[in-house]
Amino acid sequence: MSDMRTPLSRARGLGSAKKGTHHFWMQRVTALANIPLTLFLVGALVVHAGADYATMTAFLGNPLVGVVMLLLIVSAIYHMRLGLQVVIEDYIHGEASKLLALIANNFFALTIGVACCVAVLKLVTAQ
Amino acid sequence: MSDQVETQKHPRPLSPHIQIYRWTLTMVLSILHRATGVALYAGTALLAGWLLAAASGEEAYAVVQSISTAWYGRLVLFGYSWALFHHMFGGLRHFIWDTGRGFDLRHVEIIARVTAFVPPVLTIVVWVLAYSYLGAF
Ligand code: HEM
Repeated sequence: MSDMRTPLSRARGLGSAKKGTHHFWMQRVTALANIPLTLFLVGALVVHAGADYATMTAFLGNPLVGVVMLLLIVSAIYHMRLGLQVVIEDYIHGEASKLLALIANNFFALTIGVACCVAVLKLVTAQ
Repeated sequence: MSDQVETQKHPRPLSPHIQIYRWTLTMVLSILHRATGVALYAGTALLAGWLLAAASGEEAYAVVQSISTAWYGRLVLFGYSWALFHHMFGGLRHFIWDTGRGFDLRHVEIIARVTAFVPPVLTIVVWVLAYSYLGAF
C-alpha cells in the first residue's frame, strides 16, 4: 500500500489543508529574506551604540533605512507567524484551544507588525 | 469485552518518551531552533516598543534607553542577539537539508558543530564591536 490518494489529488498536490506547499515555501522565502534584513538591523544597532536621540531618529528617518526596516518587519512578522502556527499545531491538540491559539498568533503578529510599521512611517515622514 | 476495556487492562506499549534517550548535539540544536524561534517571536514586542518610543519623542525614548542600557536590559539584548544568530544558523542548516544534502552522519555532525559554535562567537564579536562604538575601549 504505497499511496492512498486518488490520482487527481496527487496531481493537484495540495494535501489535506488545501494549501499545498505554500506554508513551507513562504517559511523558507521569508527565512532567506530575514538573513540580510536582520543583519542590517544588528549592524545598524552596533554602529549606533550610545547614539543620542537626534542621531538615532535621523538614521531611522532616512527613507532608504525606512524601506529596509519595513521589509524587515513584513518578512520577520510573516515568518514568525507561520513558524508559531506549526509550534501550536504540534503541541495544542484540543480543537477549541488550538483555534484560539492560532487566532491569538494572528492577532499578536498583526498588532506588532502594524505597530512597527506605523512607528517607522512616522519616523520617516517626520524628517 | 469491548476493545476499550481490553486496552485499559493491557495498555498498549508506548514509544519511549524524550527523557529515555541519551542527549545528542543534534537533538539539542533541534530543540534550540524552536526555542530561539519562539523567543525571537516574543522579543518582537521589544522591537515594536523601541520603534514606537523613537517615533513618540525624546522622553519616551529616554525611558526605553534607561531600560536597554541597564544591566538587565543588556542581558536580554545579549540573549536576543545570540538567539537570532543561533536561529539564523539553524535556518541555514535547514536550507542545506532542503536541498537533500548533508544527511549522512559525518556531515550531520560537522554541520551540527558549526551551527552550535559559530553563533556564540558571532554574538561576542558583535558585542565587542558595539562596545567599541560606545567608546568602551
Ligand atoms: C535570521 C534569519 C532566519 C532564518 C534563516 C530562519 C529560518 C527558519 C526556518 C528554516 C524555520 C523552519 C524550521 C522548520 O521547518 O522546522 C524557522 C522557524 C521559525 N522561525 Fe525563523 N528564521 C530566521 C529569523 C527568524 C526571526 C527573526 C523570527 C522571529 C521574529 C523567527 C521565528 C521563527 C519561529 C517562531 C519558527 C518556528 C519554530 C519551529 O517550528 O520549530 N525566525 N526559521
